[in-house]
Amino acid sequence: MTQFTPTAPAAPHAESRWTPVCAVNDVLPGGGVCALVGGQQVAVFRVAGRVFALSNFDPFTRANVLSRGLTGSYTSAGQERYKVASPLLKHTFDLETGLCLNEPGVSVPTYAVRVEDGRIWIGEAWTGSAD
Amino acid sequence: MQHIVIVGNGMVGHRLTEDLHARNSELSITVLSEEPHVAYDRVQLSHYFDDPRPDLSLTTHAAYSDRGVTWVHGQALSVDREARTVSTADRTISYDVLVLATGSFPFVPPLANSKAPGVFVYRTLDDLDAMMAHASTVKTGTVIGGGLLGLEAAAALQKLGLKASVVEFAPRLMPAQIDDAGGALLKRFIEEMDISVLTGASTQEILLNDQGAMRGLRFADGTELESEMLVFSAGIRPRDDLARRMGLEVGERGGIVIDDQCRTSDPAVYAVGECALHAGRIYGLVAPGYSMARVAAASILGDASATFAGADMSTKLKLLGVEVGSFGDAFARTPGAREIAIQDNVANTYKKLVLSADGTRVIGGVLVGDTSQYGELSSLARDGEALSVPAASLLVPMVAGAASAGSSNPTVCSCEGVRQEAICEAVVGGAHDITALKACTRAGTGCGGCLPNVRELLNTQLALMGQKVDRSLCEHYPYTRQELFDLIRVRGYREWEEVLEAHGTGQGCEVCKPAVASILASQHNEYILKDKLAPLQDTNDAYLANIQKNGTYSVMPRVPGGEITPAKLVALGEVAEKYGLYCKITGGQRIDLLGARLDQLPPIWSELIAAGFESGHAYGKSLRTVKSCVGSTWCRYGVQDSTTLAVNLELRYRGLRSPHKFKAGVSGCTRECAEAQSKDFGLIATEKGWNLFVGGNGGVTPRHAQLLAQDLDEERVTRYLDRFLMYYVRTADRLQRTSTWLDKMDGGIEHLREVIIHDSLGLADELEAAMRYHVATYACEWQEALNDTPGLSRFRHFVNSDETDEAIQWVTEREQPRPAFEHEMTPLPMFAND
Repeated sequence: MTQFTPTAPAAPHAESRWTPVCAVNDVLPGGGVCALVGGQQVAVFRVAGRVFALSNFDPFTRANVLSRGLTGSYTSAGQERYKVASPLLKHTFDLETGLCLNEPGVSVPTYAVRVEDGRIWIGEAWTGSAD
Repeated sequence: MQHIVIVGNGMVGHRLTEDLHARNSELSITVLSEEPHVAYDRVQLSHYFDDPRPDLSLTTHAAYSDRGVTWVHGQALSVDREARTVSTADRTISYDVLVLATGSFPFVPPLANSKAPGVFVYRTLDDLDAMMAHASTVKTGTVIGGGLLGLEAAAALQKLGLKASVVEFAPRLMPAQIDDAGGALLKRFIEEMDISVLTGASTQEILLNDQGAMRGLRFADGTELESEMLVFSAGIRPRDDLARRMGLEVGERGGIVIDDQCRTSDPAVYAVGECALHAGRIYGLVAPGYSMARVAAASILGDASATFAGADMSTKLKLLGVEVGSFGDAFARTPGAREIAIQDNVANTYKKLVLSADGTRVIGGVLVGDTSQYGELSSLARDGEALSVPAASLLVPMVAGAASAGSSNPTVCSCEGVRQEAICEAVVGGAHDITALKACTRAGTGCGGCLPNVRELLNTQLALMGQKVDRSLCEHYPYTRQELFDLIRVRGYREWEEVLEAHGTGQGCEVCKPAVASILASQHNEYILKDKLAPLQDTNDAYLANIQKNGTYSVMPRVPGGEITPAKLVALGEVAEKYGLYCKITGGQRIDLLGARLDQLPPIWSELIAAGFESGHAYGKSLRTVKSCVGSTWCRYGVQDSTTLAVNLELRYRGLRSPHKFKAGVSGCTRECAEAQSKDFGLIATEKGWNLFVGGNGGVTPRHAQLLAQDLDEERVTRYLDRFLMYYVRTADRLQRTSTWLDKMDGGIEHLREVIIHDSLGLADELEAAMRYHVATYACEWQEALNDTPGLSRFRHFVNSDETDEAIQWVTEREQPRPAFEHEMTPLPMFAND
């Protein structure tokens, strides 16, 4: 495997960059799994009927564990948003933006996600907001 | 063999039989009891009206006959000192030594109508029966006498359902023990209990109604108090009438004169307790009476070395829930004595120290509202040593809840070095929840072990600021854990979705999901990794192992009571060797195997289960271990089989999901090698059975466990523990250990004892049934996990590959692997945060 080098974010629907990882039903509602995508560890979550993907790497403990975290929701500016808590020191990260909710300025990369025919596809990582 | 006759079977007379028996178990003793009951605890008299009524007896007829004590119901009417005989109405008994333990009678002031119906004294069980009968016909009652016993009597009237009042002639309550300022505070406490208090009131007349029954009191100032019942508790007078008839020397104002060995003017006759006059003093407390009994027993059996040299009138007591203490020269009667006092009208405490004329020594003091310093202050007065600190500093109370005693601003979060003041200031500055507090102080952002303390400080500070303290579990559930537990129990929910839909909002979070999962597990004991439940489980429960800092896990099978066969030790060693695991012996007497990757957990466990192990629940908020010593089986000091009890208890409570983890210990003798008093529950062997302790803790805030019950057999131990643990499971807050739970419980250990032992809430059957259900439905979670073949896929690191996590790196230290520190790592692919 090679050292990760940041690349310019690709368009989420650039066909060549999409990797199928598992069936939606392989992820329990509210749960998460870790997928190997192009040599990278990607945490995939199913929350509130949606699928999210983040890096599996917890920047605080430097361990690949986020897929084993508990998911949930929080309210921000009157809107319901979704989060995951690292199983180690319980830092929480927004599932769409990857932003850490306890430590301003820290975030984890997020990945584009597509669900087709009951299967989950993971696209490129981007470090910015998913919006 | 000499025959000893004791006249009187009160507390002191009874103590004398015990002291004599302890010195010589072959003695022949006869006790004459005027009351129809064997000796009972007169100090606890007001509890006679409790429901259920406690047994106040200090002994039994059987125990007396076992000890060669003949108990005779009858009043001693006369004594022939020449013939050495004592006579009752129906018999004459010879003695070699006679002891008068005739006690005292209540002083009834010379008032007209003091024998009218509705007027009582407060001394014997018969008095109480009479009071009870009359109380059922009236609504108001008054006690004359505001001393210790008078206030107890007022509490008794209140327990009987009457509107109670206390009338004291002196200008304050408890005039013999405490000063005016202390008395004023005590009065306020008593009045808050809805008992009215009149001090400086001189009763002139008992008023009667047309039927000749009591209707009220008239005082010297002409005012009247309506009351249909009256109890005199205005002091005692020694019962020396028999001694007078015998021609013994008595004091001018009553009392049988005794010397330092408790002998009367007739060397064959002793006197002890409230009837005795020593050096011109009568002692109306039980402690000096007990000292007299000890001295008399020695002297009767020929040991002249013990002497009674008067007694310290220092007292510390809890009066209707109010702590009162008085010691040494409480009234500063020593010439030149000086006083310092702190009257804290916020905390409602009053503390006074009396100092020697030069101000260097403590000679007495008064404490009201808080007697926690009684021990150290009264011993300062007793020892009379010169003070090494300014006297005033002795009265400044310690900061409650301080992590390190003595520091007014203790460190709360040691990871981030955050002190109490900084946290309180942040709360004042607007950080009104844990998240905000963590963000602005960094407290609790390290290991998180201090978070319960931070939360407590937050709540305390919010309460001080008059803010509403939010005890909601989290933003998704506006309930405390206990409320949620009850909702789930009463409505019978079995799934997260049902609970969320009915009582919650949003999608839940890392706080409420595990809390609900734990509550469901406590009630239904289903396999926690069922598809519906698995996504709710906390970090460690989710994979039935304890996660370590690099994302690997530790594996810890159950070793009940710490007892393990050589074959099992070998099996553990083989597994550890095969999977390259680091081994460590834990404090809970088992063996931790660390460094297992997620994917290694199922094969490791199938080997462990094949070797006869089962899950140890080291990962759960549940019973950890029951630590034990080898007990009477091996140890020359052991008095009970602690290992067997520990094994039995560990097997009974294994797997019980609770608000937090809990630990236990069983020690086979008082040397306490299993450290039972530092556990959530602990047992210490006695000659007669087991003493049960609860609420101990090591950890962040070490606490000694408190004694719940004594001398229990195993069946009782199990029954009380079933109730205790289920009560804890049902009522504690999330992540609240038994020690804090007990600390916060209204009424503390006393309340707990009522619930667990006396079943004051009527819950015992239900709690026991819940525990029986748990025991009956227990199953090893790892066995269940291995049986659930599709579910095993959750233990793969990747959903789409059999590869493992390459970021995990090891270093060898002292011949074992450990996680590599960052500077020891070889570069590997990882995400940078750029």
